[in-house]
Amino acid sequence: MPKTKFLPKPTPETRPFWDAAAQGELHIQRCVTTGRFFFHPRPCSPYVFDGAVEWVKVSGDATLHSYNINHRPAWGFEDEAPYAIAVVELAEGPRMMTNIVGIENTPENLVLDMPLEVRFQERDGVVVPVFAPAEVTA
Amino acid sequence: MKPGSIAIVGAAETDRLGVLPDHSALSLNIEAARNALHDAGMTPADIDGIASTGFATGEVAEALGIRTRWVDSTSVGGCSYFLHVRHAAAAITAGMASAVLITHGESGRSRVGEPGLNFSPSSGMGQFEMPYGTAGFVTMFTVPALRFMKEFGVTHEQLAGVAVAQRKWAHPNERAFRRDLITVEDVLASKTIAYPFHQAECCVVTDGGGALIVTSAERAADLPSRPVYILGTGESTTHSMVSQMEDFTTSRAFRDSSADAFREAGVGPADIDHLMVYDAFAHVPLYGLQDLGFVKPGEAAAFVAEGNTEPGGVLPMNTNGGGLSYTHTGMYGMFAIQEAVRQVRGTAAVPVPDVELSFAQGVGGMFSTAASLVLAAERP
Repeated sequence: MPKTKFLPKPTPETRPFWDAAAQGELHIQRCVTTGRFFFHPRPCSPYVFDGAVEWVKVSGDATLHSYNINHRPAWGFEDEAPYAIAVVELAEGPRMMTNIVGIENTPENLVLDMPLEVRFQERDGVVVPVFAPAEVTA
Repeated sequence: MKPGSIAIVGAAETDRLGVLPDHSALSLNIEAARNALHDAGMTPADIDGIASTGFATGEVAEALGIRTRWVDSTSVGGCSYFLHVRHAAAAITAGMASAVLITHGESGRSRVGEPGLNFSPSSGMGQFEMPYGTAGFVTMFTVPALRFMKEFGVTHEQLAGVAVAQRKWAHPNERAFRRDLITVEDVLASKTIAYPFHQAECCVVTDGGGALIVTSAERAADLPSRPVYILGTGESTTHSMVSQMEDFTTSRAFRDSSADAFREAGVGPADIDHLMVYDAFAHVPLYGLQDLGFVKPGEAAAFVAEGNTEPGGVLPMNTNGGGLSYTHTGMYGMFAIQEAVRQVRGTAAVPVPDVELSFAQGVGGMFSTAASLVLAAERP
């Protein structure tokens, strides 16, 4: 049996994120009281106790915050190794782990703080957000 | 806890470390426990509290016939044993236990009787990190490093220098897993595991175990072993997924746990003779040196490169060779404490002269939990 990529299993709290991704949109949560965005999805504001939270479609603009380049691929990533496991900082503030597409994943190409924008990749029926250099068109 | 009122009176590792396919994880726990009891001059009848991670707590108590009235299975990753020491000190102070056995045994390399780690696809990590091709700790714990390096101007040569410095401690140590002396060039020429980390900048993968016995200083006075006094302790946890660490250039858990330990002990970094910083990967000691206050932010890499942490340096660090060279079963924290105890007792394989105070810093999870111990040769 071929080994496939690890796929997320949404919970009630995270379902809106994955449903939006399936529609090609990046939605994250915001604290209603402070207006501050946060990630990962959870049922409470990290900023205001008992504060209301809401889901918001965000720009998809980000910068490359940090990464490594993995030479020992996870299941399903054999054809892509070495590949970057990156953390991007969204224009709205929060950071998230992702992959970088549309550019060969080398230390020379992947410069910290470079501008990125969100893309969406379907993997065995699940759409995951990934990021590409902002100047590369999809 | 009054500083020095609690002591470590038994400390021992398994007879061998490294590749031990003839030992299960449970048998490593038991062997370490027996060795620590012998070291303390105690028997299981003297023990009334037990602490370990995962399955081991109950199984070790059962195997050794320990009648427990205090149990701690705190499992927060590799520094769990630091927290066990702290919790044991509190329990003894509160009268909940009189003598606590803390055990670690892990078949990290041979995977014999090893429950291992399973992450659910509905966990945070399972949803928001693992789909991006993470493949074990090396692909997650290392993610902050490039940001740390950029912010502080750390070079690849300086990162490699951490492995080089620690190998100098491991070289004369017959129990160390990697002993050949290496150069910065050797490290940079070795296989890339997860850029910017080469093999020598990542911990070894081994089998082994260790155990500690903690009791009151009064009881320690009646035992044959040399007590090591606990002056201060701290613990903190900040996040779960490494991608959500609030700042990739500093660990709040390191800062908070170490500040508590220093405050309780009534000492500061300048008073410390010997330092252990849990080093699963070469960047962690750099965070440790800065976040614990031994150097200013941005100075750690140069401090190591200048030889300050090597044999003969002003701040001997990771003197068993660390996780990078000595051993790393998966939850290395027990071995960092063991080496701190040995240096305070003067029984280390490569002894640092006249260690009055040792500071041990643990890390666990994905840079997410930290714990600190200040250990002393004399009761203040």
